[in-house]
Amino acid sequence: MSGVARPTAALSQGPLRLAVPRGALLEETLDALDRIGADTAEVRGDSRSLIFEAGDLVLVTMRPSDVPTYVEAGAADVGITGKDVLMEQSDRVFYEISDLAYGGCRMVLAGPGGEDRLAEQERRLGALRIATKYPRIAERYFDDTGRAAEVIEVKGSVELAPVSGLADAIVDLVDTGRTLADNGLVIREEIASSTARLIANRVAHKLRAKEIDDLVERLREATT
Amino acid sequence: MTHPIPPGTRDVLPDEMRELRMLQARLAEVFEGFGYGEVATPTVEYDEVLARAAAGAPAAYRFFDERGALLALRSDLTAPIARLVANRFASSEPPFRFFYNARAYRAVRPQRGQAGEFFQAGIELVGSPAPEGTAEVLEVLSAALDAAGLRRAVIGLGDAALYRQLLEELGVGEDDRARLLALLASHDHVGLDMEVSGLALSDSEKRLLMRVPMLRGGPEVLDEARELGGEAMARALERLSGTYEAAAERGIGDRLSLDLGLLRDLGYYTGAILEVYDPALGHVLGGGGRYDELMGRFGRPLPAVGFALFLERLHIAQAEEERIAEEEVGR
Repeated sequence: MSGVARPTAALSQGPLRLAVPRGALLEETLDALDRIGADTAEVRGDSRSLIFEAGDLVLVTMRPSDVPTYVEAGAADVGITGKDVLMEQSDRVFYEISDLAYGGCRMVLAGPGGEDRLAEQERRLGALRIATKYPRIAERYFDDTGRAAEVIEVKGSVELAPVSGLADAIVDLVDTGRTLADNGLVIREEIASSTARLIANRVAHKLRAKEIDDLVERLREATT
Repeated sequence: MTHPIPPGTRDVLPDEMRELRMLQARLAEVFEGFGYGEVATPTVEYDEVLARAAAGAPAAYRFFDERGALLALRSDLTAPIARLVANRFASSEPPFRFFYNARAYRAVRPQRGQAGEFFQAGIELVGSPAPEGTAEVLEVLSAALDAAGLRRAVIGLGDAALYRQLLEELGVGEDDRARLLALLASHDHVGLDMEVSGLALSDSEKRLLMRVPMLRGGPEVLDEARELGGEAMARALERLSGTYEAAAERGIGDRLSLDLGLLRDLGYYTGAILEVYDPALGHVLGGGGRYDELMGRFGRPLPAVGFALFLERLHIAQAEEERIAEEEVGR
């Protein structure tokens, strides 16, 4: 039982506000929105705006990892982001209502190529040093598998960590695996798979039930 | 030079305090009008006494007194009032009607803008079983929301045991049930769907288990659920529809939104559960429900029901509703 959020954001009164992730999921998200009749030409253009009107939706664009923050507070009614982001922020409260199936990738443990020396390192040195942008997922994974790890959070290119000696291995999201290969890293263990998810604010899920269920249905048809 | 205060705490200055007091007074007037008497309990209690509430909100702040006994700051008022009833009303005839305007304490996560210390206003009705006791509490809550100026606020009404009973009726094993209920309590409908797909059930039973958490709205959702689920569903729905009918007879049916997937947490709730929403706010204003087994843990087995509203959130929603109303007048 955690503290009580001090709300400042009002729920929107007009069209549903959808938090849209910029970055790797943006293209496929906009394609899906086009297919349900929301015109995304403006978002695709070179406007510096962050908020766009698109048919019966208002699109609020942001970093994927900010989507749960906005949706939890009600600054967006619904949002799209990767399961990896939701796993990393599992203490936030929102409804995870639909698997949009696109944007598939894997959360993996990767280390230097050649002979797998991770187990030996853990045995001799007591703990593995793991660099990651997903510290909570990494800590939970090593806890769950009964191993000791020293998790080091980095913000930029995580592949640099084992190459430069900061860490023994990394926990990261992998799509094609090319970046890993280019840096001499190989996948040692698969932790979870991830796809794009639709999430809803707790209050909006109740008070705007029909609009949200309708959006889920339309997106489901557009993404399968 | 400034002096820090602990994270999650804050000072309240006169303008805000005046409005909070006004709000408390309006709520107190409603509660008293329904025959509820105000109680105050200690901010600190013995940890082992509060912990008797078992699955309730665990105390976040604990410390030792001068003799080494473990004390805790209360995380809500339900457990202290259960203790109060067991201690002070051991030989009195129920029902007991109490209300409170008090501070409670919970842990804060860093940098999330959370309050570790906050005001709650709420009532406890001890010794009055479902559905009439529940309907009375819903009526008081509805009147309290009106008094706070939140005419658009909605009470979500569910049943803590509904989904569990449905799973039992369909013969889902204990381990699977626990996993499915944990997913439902964390609002992870995607995970729930995945787990349900893996169960050894017919397609129509799986569809039912996936559909029920999405059913929310007016009384028509009861009909839809019965149509989907036949006998097993009808039995699981019995108590919720009884509560709804008793509340509708008191004239507050329009204020309720039935929610078949509502599960607040895996705490001490046994029957009806409720949450309060207002369109002006993205956070839940408060909640409550029945906890018919809680009093027994304090040695006085009595059915009980209540709710708590987060006063500061109520205040923000009130200000937001006023702003919206002014905008509409200005147009």
